Amino acid sequence: MKEIILVKLGEIVLKGLNRRTFEDMLKKNIKNSLRGLGSFEITCAQSTISISPNSDDVDLDEVCERISKIFGIVTFSRAAVCEKDMEQILSLAPDYLSEQLENAKTFKVEAKRSDKKFPLKSPDICRETGAAILEKFPHLTVDVHNPDLTVTVEVRDFKAYIRGEAQRGAGGIPVGTGGLGTILISGGIDSPVAAYMMAKRGLRLNAVHFASPPYTSPRAEQKVVKLLQKVSMYAGHIKMFTVPFTKIQETIQSQCPEELFTIIMRRLMMDISQRIAKQTESGALITGESLGQVASQTIYALGCTDEATDMVVFRPLIGMDKEEIIKISRKIDTFDISIEPYEDCCTVFTPKHPRTRPVLKYVKEAQSKVDFEPMILEALDNLKTTEIYP
Amino acid sequence: MTEHYLDNSATTRVSQLAAKKALQIMTECYGNPSSLHTKGMQAEQELIKARKIIADSIKAKETEIYFTSGGTEANNTAIFGTAKAKARQGKKIVTTAIEHSSVLEACEALQKQGYEVVYLTPNENGIVTAEALENAVDSDTILVSVMAVNNETGAVMPIEHISKIIKSKKSNALFHTDMVQAYGKIHIKASKIGADLISLSAHKVHAPKGVGALYVKSGVRISPLHFGGEQERKLRPGTEALPLIGAFGSAVSEFDIDKNMQYVKELNEYAKEKLLSLEGVYLNSPENALPYVLNLSVLGIRSETMLHHLEASDIFVSSGSACAKGKKSHVLKALGLSEKRADSAIRISFSKLNTKEDIDALYEAVKIGTKTLVRK
Repeated sequence: MKEIILVKLGEIVLKGLNRRTFEDMLKKNIKNSLRGLGSFEITCAQSTISISPNSDDVDLDEVCERISKIFGIVTFSRAAVCEKDMEQILSLAPDYLSEQLENAKTFKVEAKRSDKKFPLKSPDICRETGAAILEKFPHLTVDVHNPDLTVTVEVRDFKAYIRGEAQRGAGGIPVGTGGLGTILISGGIDSPVAAYMMAKRGLRLNAVHFASPPYTSPRAEQKVVKLLQKVSMYAGHIKMFTVPFTKIQETIQSQCPEELFTIIMRRLMMDISQRIAKQTESGALITGESLGQVASQTIYALGCTDEATDMVVFRPLIGMDKEEIIKISRKIDTFDISIEPYEDCCTVFTPKHPRTRPVLKYVKEAQSKVDFEPMILEALDNLKTTEIYP
Repeated sequence: MTEHYLDNSATTRVSQLAAKKALQIMTECYGNPSSLHTKGMQAEQELIKARKIIADSIKAKETEIYFTSGGTEANNTAIFGTAKAKARQGKKIVTTAIEHSSVLEACEALQKQGYEVVYLTPNENGIVTAEALENAVDSDTILVSVMAVNNETGAVMPIEHISKIIKSKKSNALFHTDMVQAYGKIHIKASKIGADLISLSAHKVHAPKGVGALYVKSGVRISPLHFGGEQERKLRPGTEALPLIGAFGSAVSEFDIDKNMQYVKELNEYAKEKLLSLEGVYLNSPENALPYVLNLSVLGIRSETMLHHLEASDIFVSSGSACAKGKKSHVLKALGLSEKRADSAIRISFSKLNTKEDIDALYEAVKIGTKTLVRK
């Protein structure tokens, strides 16, 4: 029996003339993510992508696992393929879905007949397939409103397909169709989630991480690599830039007013990140900031941080509760890594009483008393890059 | 005299790559993986690498692999850990009469604490069927433990089917399978088997003794038996045996399951053809047995006598399981073999390192044995 995977596209289908671009990107992303699992025929017709393995020994469970992380897919399902012949359909359906049918109490059959030349009409296909299933599994009853299992028979251009319940895909739009964004990542819970969310809206990613040895440990950096690896399962390849930040942080600590440590540091981080972003032709900065979460994330503090860059800054978590953020971080498997207890640059030199209502004018004044420019240039000269692949 | 090691189900020779890895970790990368400094981080990298290799080898996630001191500890952790975690849910365990002693004796210990243990007996082919299990599993059952491949006969149990039956009964029982004798020999995919707990051992796959692993499926919780640190996500605290773990990873990275299976199958057939042609030699391994194990009886000559006779020619086989050390085989008994057959059983177990010459030597020595040794 030949088994394939049918993928239903999400909001791409609403696109107009550039729909092909989206479909092609999605096909490319699927192809890339299946690398190492065998060779596949990937075709797109009638807003369905079909992934057909070229040999029998392909691990379809693993294929599904990877497909479930590709943005641009609403649902997908495994399907058995047979000739467009009712007899074949009737013998294959109960057999192929036997395990699911055994565990269900109620079911229904849906038919999709895009080949209008097929001799049986949809209701007839349903009736006959249902009867064949009932014959083999007499414990089942038909429930057309609330079935445990919906069996779908699709009669398409060349073949017929039989499938059980579809699985939910990752949603969103294909990575790469939206351009490149730069995530500022520390190692906490929020930034990986923010990165994931922007990838979901079609961005490719690169990342900027600030390291302050010896105040921060190599493990903190390694933790970020691990986090980005998890994100890359969704976002694809990520280039990570590690900025040596020690000198700048020490300077802030010795020469700026204590209550403004964090805000000035964040402004400098934005500045350095935007320079890296511009060099790499990235179109936006992305942060994991959430309004009111900490002193540097009040409306006033964010206003001061934002002023340090002229680039657009995406803050996808801005209106989310911590609980909601954690839920996503668990889903994308970053939570357990995020809570590993290593000092990162944001927790070094935190003031006792940070200003929650900083005024931009005074912040700029304090910052301008120190000439950070040579230090910034030095840091940019000593960037370390790490390539991260799923 | 050349050595003919035909006792690979007892243990295997450590591969060069694995031994080198252990030495490198002991002498160079000797940091404690929990130390914060670079030395510790390098050691941790080795740990991460090994864990990934082992997870990949059974198509599991890295977070599902817990290193132990070996198969016995993996089995004990699975059994006592489940009993402890599910103490309030029930007190019944279903296992088989042909398990390894690290499963059987753990179950017996629980029996003494008031648990009910059901020991399923195999059919004439040495297989515990899913049907036999179906009746034994009830709402009080907290654990089903069935090995994948029997260590004495090579018999393969239908574990995938068994796990489906447990699920279809909507039982809360966890399913544990001791895959020590299957690991590295057949393709294993944890999710396809559907087991909650899987025991693995390193020294059966050309890695050193003293290390093994327990697979615990994501979402399944069992209680730790040891306390004292954060290692192995608190299920098995204590500084990791990194040289052994690293060597374990190296040995697993050398797996070539299909090729070795083909090779060993040929060896097994060759051995069967030759040895069974001798008078009074009978096959004890069932039809479907894994070709890595070949259990025979040389009727009238006691296992140990034959073993020592062969050893004089530098041929090493085993009488039953090495862990049973001379005790009568509970497995062969459970198989319903006559006392005479069980008393004269020897286990020949292969690895990719064996050759036809090993079998020729064995054949000649057994042949001499059948002529010279005094029969009982």
